[in-house]
Amino acid sequence: MPELRTEEMVINMGPQHPSTHGVLRVELVLDGEIVVDAIPHIGYLHRCFEKHSESMNDYQQVIPYVDRMDYVAAMSNELGYAIAMERMLEIEVPERVEYIRVIFAELQRIASHLLAIGTYGLDIGAFTPFLHCFRDRERILDIFESTCGARLLYNYIWVGGLSHDVPLDFKEKVRDFVKYFPPKIKEYNDLLTYNKIFIDRTADVGVLPSEVALNYASSGPVLRGSGVNWDLRRDDPYSIYDRFEYDVVVGKGEMGTVGDCWDRYIVRVREMEQSIRIIEQAVEQMPDEGDVKAAVPKRIRPPEGEVYARTETPRGELGYYIISDGSMSPYRVKARSPCFVNLSVLPAISRGSMVADIVAIIGSIDIVLGEVDR
Amino acid sequence: MKKPAEIYAILKEKFGEEKVEIKEDAKVAPWMVVAPDAIREITKFLRDDDDLDFDYLMCLSGVHYQKDNTLGVTYHINSTRKKHSLILKCIVSEDNPHVPSIESVWKTADWHEREAYDMVGIMFDGHPDLRRILCPDDWEGYPLRKDYKVQEYYRGMKVPY
Repeated sequence: MPELRTEEMVINMGPQHPSTHGVLRVELVLDGEIVVDAIPHIGYLHRCFEKHSESMNDYQQVIPYVDRMDYVAAMSNELGYAIAMERMLEIEVPERVEYIRVIFAELQRIASHLLAIGTYGLDIGAFTPFLHCFRDRERILDIFESTCGARLLYNYIWVGGLSHDVPLDFKEKVRDFVKYFPPKIKEYNDLLTYNKIFIDRTADVGVLPSEVALNYASSGPVLRGSGVNWDLRRDDPYSIYDRFEYDVVVGKGEMGTVGDCWDRYIVRVREMEQSIRIIEQAVEQMPDEGDVKAAVPKRIRPPEGEVYARTETPRGELGYYIISDGSMSPYRVKARSPCFVNLSVLPAISRGSMVADIVAIIGSIDIVLGEVDR
Repeated sequence: MKKPAEIYAILKEKFGEEKVEIKEDAKVAPWMVVAPDAIREITKFLRDDDDLDFDYLMCLSGVHYQKDNTLGVTYHINSTRKKHSLILKCIVSEDNPHVPSIESVWKTADWHEREAYDMVGIMFDGHPDLRRILCPDDWEGYPLRKDYKVQEYYRGMKVPY
């Protein structure tokens, strides 16, 4: 019998591939069905918003650009930028604005997690949960639309305030949603979370140990899924998050090992419950009166200096490093994108896994390529 | 939890005054200038020392200071267990922009350093795979330098279309 020739095979997954959630190319080195190495190639959506912001002659004009980084959680991006600039300018934001911002940031977190778990099911072959998630995400987008006219890219949170006030029936709408949403989480759990096939595809797959997660500076659900109890809303407080009661959800390895794909997934599901708790408290405490533009500066001219501010977006730690040279336009704006950093851990957790599991691993990191490439 | 001034005192004793220098005048937080040849030892010490315990590199950014003809690397580091943070900077000249890589200290620096190389043109010595990350491999120039001019043609395509 002639001897069989064996050699490693290189396959390009993407850039056009339904489960890479955008244009990501992963160069897979395979030994049969086993992944020897997975090298991500990024940059297909690079438009260098950092360079664009340097040519803006107003700090406020950068906000539409940061919207387009993580286009499924634009509100969180704006919030981070506004907080960084307010720290630099030492602006005190009105009470009412803080509450509206927190409500929107948490609604955005739910909307973004719904997209994440819906498309994650889709990646693995469960079509129905995706439709349920989008049905509910639509309700959040409706609240956004009735407030600022846009469904995805808002330009709503400004440095020092908001672009305009919320509609009169805002509280009612949010309360309706708070009542409507929790029973739906049970629906997702029945459909997807505790589905035998889903557990088989995700438990014990793509295990990320906690030391590795910290060394790669993962953040958000990826870090918490590995059992690290770290949430910037609690550990580096910003805005008014210290006024609310909520729990930080961590992965416990219920279905397999701590830090597997299922853990990262369940952290997102349970975080939605916590976000509902925060929204519930914020709506009750929010003052009815107050000018949302009271603290918006007419011209922004920060003194020379720099600031690094970080916030917890649905995907993790979003940091802005802004340097001012004392002029009207920023000298340097650097965004530390959570997706960019989380994606860099991909080779470390996919070596040795089966080629079919790569889809499950990429999906569990929940990347948005607009933010990876900026 | 330690204040930057206390951390500075520890570093000064361990590595000497010529390697680290603290700048208190910063508006938001004090930062330290570290001699490039000592950055790897200092970050390794910051990570491994039990009282400092910096386990998390938040951000690594490349900056072009056109006025001084220098390039800078800013490291924002943080400890998730001790809950303190610190800002370090390495300043190098435009003509010889070499900084040792700290990829061996925190793995996350791998992609951050590739980005700083790609955008600002800082060479990280000892980096295992220093390639461009966001721009194509054969792109010319470093986009985030202040004197950057976009190339006219890229593989026969007009660039500023």
